[in-house]
Amino acid sequence: MARKLPRKDVVIIGLGWTGSILGYELAKAGLDVVAIERGPWRDTATDFPPAYAPDELRYAVRLDLFLRPAQDTLTFRNKMNQTALPIRNFSGFLPGNGVGGAGVHWNGQTWRFLPTDFKLRSHLEQRYGKAMLPDDMTIQDWPVSYDELEPCYDRFEKLCGTSGKAGNLRGAIQAGGNPFEGWRSSEYPTPPLKQGLAATLFAEAARKVGHSPFPQPASNLSEAYTNPLGIRMGQCSYCGFCERFGCGNYSKASPQVCVLPALLRFPNFTAQTESEVTRINLDSTGKRATGVTYVDTSGEEWEQPADMVLLCAFSFFNVQLMLLSGIGKPYDPQTGQGVVGRNYAYQTTSGVSIILKDKVLNPFIATGAHGMIIDDYNGDNFDHTGLGFFGGGYMGAGQTNGRPIQTRPVPKGTPKWGAAWKKATAETYQHGFGLSTHGSSYSYRDCYLDLDPTYKDRFGRPLMRMTFDFHDNELKMSAYLTERLAEIAKAMNPSEVSAHPRKGPYDSTIYQTTHNTGGTVMGSDPATSVLNRYCQSWDVHNVFVPGGASVFPQNHGYNPTDTVGALAYWTADAITTRYLKNPGPLM
Amino acid sequence: MSLLSPTRRTFLTACTAMLMATSTAGRARTISGGPPVSPDNTSPPEQVRLGPWQFFAADEASLVEAAVDRLIPPDERGPGGKEAGCAVFIDRQLAGPYGRAAGLYTRPPFMPGAETQGYQSPDSPAARYRAGLKAIAAYVKATYSGKTFAELAAADQDKVLSGLETNAIKLDGVKGPDFFTLLLNNTMEGFFADPIYGGNRDMAGWKLVGFPGARYDYRDWVERHNEPYPLPPVSIMGRADWTTKG
Amino acid sequence: MTTATRTLLAASSAILILSGAAFGRDKQSFDQIGHGRYLTTLSDCAGCHTAPGGAPFAGGLPLQTPFGTLVAPNITPDTETGIGNWSDDDFVAAIRDGRGHNGVRLYPAMPYPAYTKMTRDDVLAIRAYLATVPPVRHNVVANQLPFPFNIRLVMLAWNWVNFTPGRYMPDPGKSAEWNRGAYIVQGPGHCGTCHTPKNLLGGDKSDQPLQGAVLQGWFAPNITADQHKGIGQWSKDDLAQYLKTGTNKWTLASGPMAEAVTHSTSQMTDADVTAIAAYLLDSGAGQSTKPAPVAADDPVMKAGAAIYKDACSACHKGDGSGESQLFPRLAGSSLVQSDDPTTLVRMVLHGSYAVATPAAPTGPGMPAFDWRLNDAQAAAVVTYIRNSWGNAAPPVSADTVSRSRAQLAKSP
Repeated sequence: MARKLPRKDVVIIGLGWTGSILGYELAKAGLDVVAIERGPWRDTATDFPPAYAPDELRYAVRLDLFLRPAQDTLTFRNKMNQTALPIRNFSGFLPGNGVGGAGVHWNGQTWRFLPTDFKLRSHLEQRYGKAMLPDDMTIQDWPVSYDELEPCYDRFEKLCGTSGKAGNLRGAIQAGGNPFEGWRSSEYPTPPLKQGLAATLFAEAARKVGHSPFPQPASNLSEAYTNPLGIRMGQCSYCGFCERFGCGNYSKASPQVCVLPALLRFPNFTAQTESEVTRINLDSTGKRATGVTYVDTSGEEWEQPADMVLLCAFSFFNVQLMLLSGIGKPYDPQTGQGVVGRNYAYQTTSGVSIILKDKVLNPFIATGAHGMIIDDYNGDNFDHTGLGFFGGGYMGAGQTNGRPIQTRPVPKGTPKWGAAWKKATAETYQHGFGLSTHGSSYSYRDCYLDLDPTYKDRFGRPLMRMTFDFHDNELKMSAYLTERLAEIAKAMNPSEVSAHPRKGPYDSTIYQTTHNTGGTVMGSDPATSVLNRYCQSWDVHNVFVPGGASVFPQNHGYNPTDTVGALAYWTADAITTRYLKNPGPLM
Repeated sequence: MSLLSPTRRTFLTACTAMLMATSTAGRARTISGGPPVSPDNTSPPEQVRLGPWQFFAADEASLVEAAVDRLIPPDERGPGGKEAGCAVFIDRQLAGPYGRAAGLYTRPPFMPGAETQGYQSPDSPAARYRAGLKAIAAYVKATYSGKTFAELAAADQDKVLSGLETNAIKLDGVKGPDFFTLLLNNTMEGFFADPIYGGNRDMAGWKLVGFPGARYDYRDWVERHNEPYPLPPVSIMGRADWTTKG
Repeated sequence: MTTATRTLLAASSAILILSGAAFGRDKQSFDQIGHGRYLTTLSDCAGCHTAPGGAPFAGGLPLQTPFGTLVAPNITPDTETGIGNWSDDDFVAAIRDGRGHNGVRLYPAMPYPAYTKMTRDDVLAIRAYLATVPPVRHNVVANQLPFPFNIRLVMLAWNWVNFTPGRYMPDPGKSAEWNRGAYIVQGPGHCGTCHTPKNLLGGDKSDQPLQGAVLQGWFAPNITADQHKGIGQWSKDDLAQYLKTGTNKWTLASGPMAEAVTHSTSQMTDADVTAIAAYLLDSGAGQSTKPAPVAADDPVMKAGAAIYKDACSACHKGDGSGESQLFPRLAGSSLVQSDDPTTLVRMVLHGSYAVATPAAPTGPGMPAFDWRLNDAQAAAVVTYIRNSWGNAAPPVSADTVSRSRAQLAKSP
């Protein structure tokens, strides 16, 4: 029997980016807030100080900061006619764990979606005709526009201190920035990072081929910065231990660095760590949440009553809690009815590897998010007529590290071991480099999340089941983008170049990204969305899912974090300026 | 020394002046008033010590040492896998949480699946080594007139290893390619991980490729294009230059 | 009372209204209580008399002194266990002369040698404020010292040698701001309690005011205007910002000073922190001569340089410039170049968190290196830091590090 705790105004499930932003905004508004986080507290100077942060085995291979599958995992299959099996060891994607969530170990790549991405279906239908879209493609317009979200993007980037060069300031195209991006109300908070040789050579080649390269927007800061919460951040030192690692010198934006020191000063905010929410409780009508139940590390069960529940976990686990709590109608792929679990999408990435025999590249001098990029082939920035696919992605030279357990380029045909392997490895390490594309992943009728019928977690709850495979549209897109990237690569005069477009089937054992989207999507129609345009549940008005990637109706050709952060601010504004005045459905 | 001095609280309370951390139960805790920070909470890795094998029996160790020295053979560029400590690394890893598959999802049922669904056996890495090494030893003994793997000529050792890799050799109860991949991956980990874990001795792996190791500041070199980084590798526990000479 | 302090009282009186005790009092006593509340902060009474998480002023944590354990007593208006039945004269005598109720001699852990500089009005204002806090019944055994220090009469002799009673006398040749700063520093702020070197009996070495002293395993640095060993390179704004926020472009407060910032200086008015800065930066200390630095080609310096490059530069930067308000600047730092390396060595071995304040909430942490550096290595890097980028200070030996390590293991 759960022991009942004193009531709070707000309970937040998960203390990552969205949880800490919502916590800050609502505590600032005077509400009594508790955030419940299933992982441990994490801090820069003790969990990943510079003295042992650069430890590839511990953090990148043994995955010290990530969710342990024993704590929670999911099952996976490519097709609906297969039996899903548990992901026993995360490798294809890496959900975070603990205070800060994925915001601890992310790269720092900080991208806005394109204005046309927000009206994807209507834009494509208008430009190319409805008949051109595959029947089983379930993409839909976002219920918010880029223009509405722009101030929120701006706030999140200022929170992070993002480094970059604007390409479009209030409609005026800026030299050196991304000419395809949506308008910005202000320049990036800090100037772009410095670039290494490979990125510089890529930019030269891209310009030669007629493209407009620009520095990747990075929340790994080019210089020290004080954010609007008064928190001071340091300068990135290009250590090359960024993604999969916590930052040891306060230079990569994270909830720890950018929000928590200010948030924890509020006397009306409390964090409850190493405690896992097992369900959201509803009243007898099923229309109103009464709080949550959680279990602490000793196995003791607690009930936390609250007037409002904010679901801020990683995307899969948002979907799982909605399903386990009976909020919203579960998606049924046979009928296409129901919404929770619908429109799971991912990211379609690919690479082109090059060897520049006569150049010293120092690949270990890197950050998770520097590099030079072109955006000419993203979204609908290029004419898709006759190409046989929709979507696209950015591409460029943004190799993030030279950590040798996992990054050891060798020429084609090199054996995996022995004398020839050793020679090739020694001779190539300084000269090999990976270029990459970061492509969209549109949603389909047969790509979805539901509860697994067989496998259970440590509390006996069904695991999430993922059914996902790449569709022809994405594979064609990847082939096209990878070809374009290889053309630029060849203009760099490499001694060797090899293109690796994404091939099916989707393989859950090969790391691609941790951009798992959808399942609790936001939309304008309750028949095709779980949340309304304020990330509020259509069915239970005091439950919000404030901007985790699970709210994306499909995934676009960019990393999700900037949009996740922007939607967190968007939701916080809706709650403080609208919901609190008149609690009830906002739509 | 002063009687007047202690008009302030102790250091500990200085750290936690803003902190009210109380425990509900177990390790779960309630945090408010400020981050629960103290430099005492640090969790550095432990230096692996040389000494007796912790996981391997003597015959297993000699097989692994011989194998890692063929996967990464010694040559004029530097030491091989054995001298670099790859077998010691694997031994210590198997004796620890990695060997036990700690933290992985190990609930039944175990069913074979597609490649894309990942590893689906109940066996931990430690169990896989026990079985794999035993099966290889038996194969070698039967095929090479009673010899052990370590006693084989280098060419024969290579033949066995590539036979495993390509599935040309059938082992009793063990999938050759699966075990080979495990052994190869762990060997590479040992060769390139920080020396604190027992492998990469004298930073041999890092020196081979020119990786400067556990460094955290390249601000002075990011724009020095096409110039090799000038400093030698450093491990978590330092480098020779940290010790005063003379 | 100055005009400046009167103005700020208006700000703090809003909170007083909530205390209830202020209701029904006349305007004068209302002002007096507000003034007293501010002076209580200025004097950091809560720093010792309130235990963390405990009731305000109901008694503190045990204080470890070189002579034994003392506990700051309950100073709430509880008549039995607090100071509810003290007269005004009792209170003034305790604060300014170290003579408690019924003539009991106080130990100078209570900084009456500084508070003696305070005006009677100010002391009575504190008294008036303390009378408004909720009385708490909490019996504190203040004196837990071993023989012979537990004999309070010993303090009579101590006072005869070390204690000079008397009010602060304004210097007519200086500005009102300077005099205000001097009054706070010497009186309620009791800066010298930590920052002035002590004689064998723990009394101030009055000829070396504010020139730095060791306490609780920390070195409270020289805060005179000495260019080399003090803070003479700081501007008035730098110092005011440090006191107000706990950080500036040079450094960040941690250890005991973090507490002083949290409880006292960050809550001072802008006028008062500026006044303190005006006084300290004009405190006329003798300018020390810089020693010759240890040569860069010294083997210890070379080892130190390698360690610094590999282990320290990611935050403090290769040239020791640090990062304003985040990572202390080592180049030119007086604390780094202090004759006494206690703080520097403990920072390297044990680490520390900087203070977080409303204006500067970051509170970054210096990680511990005791697990990574042996005594010789820690000594080498500290020696290197003390003798690079224009710094110059005596080398630190491995033995010094070893002693510090042993001490930290006993009481971090």
